[in-house]
Amino acid sequence: MPSVEIKGLDLRYSSARVLQDLNLEVMKGEFMVLLGSSGCGKSTLLNCIAGLVEPDAGQIHINGRNVTWDEPSARGIGMVFQSYALYPQMSVEKNLSFGLRNAGVDKIEIDRRVRHIAGLLQIEPLLKRKPAALSGGQRQRVAIGRALVRDADVFLFDEPLSNLDAKLRAKLRVEIKRLHLEHGNTMIYVTHDQIEAMTLADRIAILKEGKIVQTGTPDDIYNRPVNRYVADFIGTPSMNFLDGELLGRSFLRGHLELPLADYPFIHGQCADCSAMIGIRPEHIVTGKDLNEATVTTQVVVDMVEPMGADTLVHTRLEGTAFQIRMTGQAQVRKNDRLLIGIDPLRASLFDRESGLRL
Amino acid sequence: MPDKSMSDWCSDGQRVPDGPRPSSGFSRRNVMIYGTLLVIALYYLFPLYVMIVTSLKGMPEIRIGNIFSPPVDITFQPWVKAWSSACTGLDCDGLSRGFWNSVRILIPSTILSVAIASINGYVLANWRFRGADLFFTILIIGAFIPYQVMIYPLVILLREMGLYGSLTGLVLVHTVFGMPILTLLFRNYFTSVPEELFRAARVDGAGFWQIYFQIMLPMSLPIIVVATILQVTGIWNDFLFGVIYTKPENYPMTVQLNNIVNSVRGVKEYNVNMAAALLTAGVPLIIYIASGKLFMRGITAGAVKG
Ligand SMILES: Nc1ncnc2c1ncn2[C@@H]1O[C@H](COP(=O)(O)OP(=O)(O)OP(=O)(O)O)[C@@H](O)[C@H]1O
Ligand SMILES: [Mg+2]
Repeated sequence: MPSVEIKGLDLRYSSARVLQDLNLEVMKGEFMVLLGSSGCGKSTLLNCIAGLVEPDAGQIHINGRNVTWDEPSARGIGMVFQSYALYPQMSVEKNLSFGLRNAGVDKIEIDRRVRHIAGLLQIEPLLKRKPAALSGGQRQRVAIGRALVRDADVFLFDEPLSNLDAKLRAKLRVEIKRLHLEHGNTMIYVTHDQIEAMTLADRIAILKEGKIVQTGTPDDIYNRPVNRYVADFIGTPSMNFLDGELLGRSFLRGHLELPLADYPFIHGQCADCSAMIGIRPEHIVTGKDLNEATVTTQVVVDMVEPMGADTLVHTRLEGTAFQIRMTGQAQVRKNDRLLIGIDPLRASLFDRESGLRL
Repeated sequence: MPDKSMSDWCSDGQRVPDGPRPSSGFSRRNVMIYGTLLVIALYYLFPLYVMIVTSLKGMPEIRIGNIFSPPVDITFQPWVKAWSSACTGLDCDGLSRGFWNSVRILIPSTILSVAIASINGYVLANWRFRGADLFFTILIIGAFIPYQVMIYPLVILLREMGLYGSLTGLVLVHTVFGMPILTLLFRNYFTSVPEELFRAARVDGAGFWQIYFQIMLPMSLPIIVVATILQVTGIWNDFLFGVIYTKPENYPMTVQLNNIVNSVRGVKEYNVNMAAALLTAGVPLIIYIASGKLFMRGITAGAVKG
C-alpha cells in the first residue's frame, strides 16, 4: 500500500504554475528523495503534503486516507524545515515537546519520548539550552528530533543539511540513513544535492518546473535517464553529449562509429534519425582497460583538473568538448595524445528533437 | 627582545599596524563633533534648568527678576502647592486629581491598544485571510486622516453610546487612534519572523492562540516595549482629546496644568507653574530615561534568528 499518494496536484501563484498535474506514490517505509534545481517547486510540494499550502486542484492521501482538507497536525507527519525553524524562546527540551504538549500527551510519556530522542540524536547535554546557543549541526539535530518525537508515519525533510559545511553534512547524512533504517518510517526528503539523493534514496523523483520528469532507483536515474534533462542534471562532472546520426544499428559522428547492436532501445528503434549520445566522463576507459573497450579513438588533452581522488581531463572529440574522468594518479599533460575506449552499452541515446531516451 | 621592538617601527618612525588601532582622542574632528553636540545639548537643557531653579524659589526672590541665578533660599513649597492645592477654576486641590485621572486613562488605554494591535499585526502577518490587504490599507489610510475631521463624529458616537464625558469613552478614543500605527508596527515585526517558524508550529498542532501566546508574543518583547513607550508618552501628553471627550472632574493632568497656568485670578505664581509643568512632564521623562536602551533595541529589531 502506498504510504503517501499524490494525485493530480496543481498549484499556481498568481500566474506562475508552480505544480502541474503532479502525481507521486511513495511506498510504506520508502526513502523517497525529491531532487531538482532551485525553484522547481520542491518545497512547495512538501508544504502541500504537510497541509501548509493549499493546492488549487488534486488530492493527497496518507495511509489510504484522503487528507487534502485536514489540518497539518492531523496528517500524521513530522517535518524538518530548511531553516530549522526552532522556537527561539523555548529551550531545546520545550522545542522537542511542543507538539506533544499541544496534542495533550501526558507528562510522563512526553518526558520518556524526549529523553529517548535526545539519546538517539546525542543532544541530552543541550536540553536546557536555547536554540541561539547551539551550533548549526546541533540545531539541525534538534530540528530532526522535533520531527521524530511525534512518532509520525511520514517524515518530510526540506533540505535539512543545506546550511551545513561539507564534513558535517556527510556525517549527518549517515545518521539520517541510519535513523531511517532503524525506524523504517516513510521519508520524503527534498534536496538539490545529488550525492545526498544518490546515497540516501530508495527512489528518486526528479522535478522540473513543477512536473516530475522521472522516478526511479538511484541506479535507474544514473544509468537510464529518461531524457536529456535528467541525464545532464545528474552526475558531476556532467555527461558528455555528442550529436550524430543513427544509421542502421550504429551511431555515427564524423569518423566515430559506435555499434549499438546490443543497446537496449526502449521506444522502438527510430531508424536513420538524428540522435544524440550521452557518455559519462567516468565511463570512459584508458590505459590497460582499453582491451575490453568496444570502440577506441584518440583525443588531444586541452586541460587537466586534478581533484585528488581523480583527475578530470578536458579534451575535444570530433570537435565537441569532451570530458574524461581518470584516476588521481594519472600522469597527463596538456597536448598529450590520449587513447580512450568507449562502451556504447553504458551510454544513453536520445532523440535530438524530443530529448527522449531511445 | 630588541629584535621585536625594532620591527614594531618602520624606518621613518611610524608604528607598524599591529593589534588595536590607536584611538585618535582629541583629534580636530572629534573636538568639532562633540563641541557641536555639547552646544546643542546646552541649548535644549537651558529651559529645563530655568524651570527647575524657578520652581525652587519663593515669589519674592522671583520678583527680583534674575531668572538664571540659582535659588538663594531653596523651598519646596511651590511643588507641594502645585500637587495639592493649586487652583484650577473653582477647585483648589492641585494637580493630584489630574494625575490620578491620567493614570486611570493611561493604563487601560495602553494595555488595550497594545494588546489589540499585536493581535491585529499577528493576524495580518500570519493568517492571511481574504481581504487582508484591503483591511490593512484601510487601517493605514486611517493613520493619515487628520484628527480634526473625526472629532465631532466621535463626540456624537460617544454620546449615543452613553460614554461621552466618561473615562471609558476617552480610553476608547485613545485605543482607536493608536490602532493604525501600532498595528503597522506589529505587522511589520511579525512579517520579519521567518514563515517557517509559523509553519513548524502548525505542524506541531498549535492553534491560533497557542502560536500567538507561546511563540509570537515571547518573541515580540522589543516591539511591545516600543509600542508601550509610544502609547504611554502619546496618551500622557494628550491634551486635545482630554478636553473634548471628558468632563472637568475627569480632566487628565495636561488639561489641569493648562488650567492652573492660565488661571486669571490673583498673581501669577511662576514657581508653582514651573513645578506643575515639571510634575506633568515627569512621567514621559522618566520613561524615556529608564527605557532608552530597550527603546533603541526595539526600533532596530529586524530579523529574528532562531
Ligand atoms: N508565496 C509565493 N508567492 C509566489 N511565488 C512563490 C511563492 N512561493 C514560492 N513561489 C515560487 O514557486 C516556485 C517554487 O518554489 P519552491 O520554494 O517550491 O522552490 P524549491 O524547489 O524549494 O527551490 P529551492 O531549492 O531554492 O528551495 C518558485 O519559482 C518560487 O518563486
Ligand atoms: Mg526549497
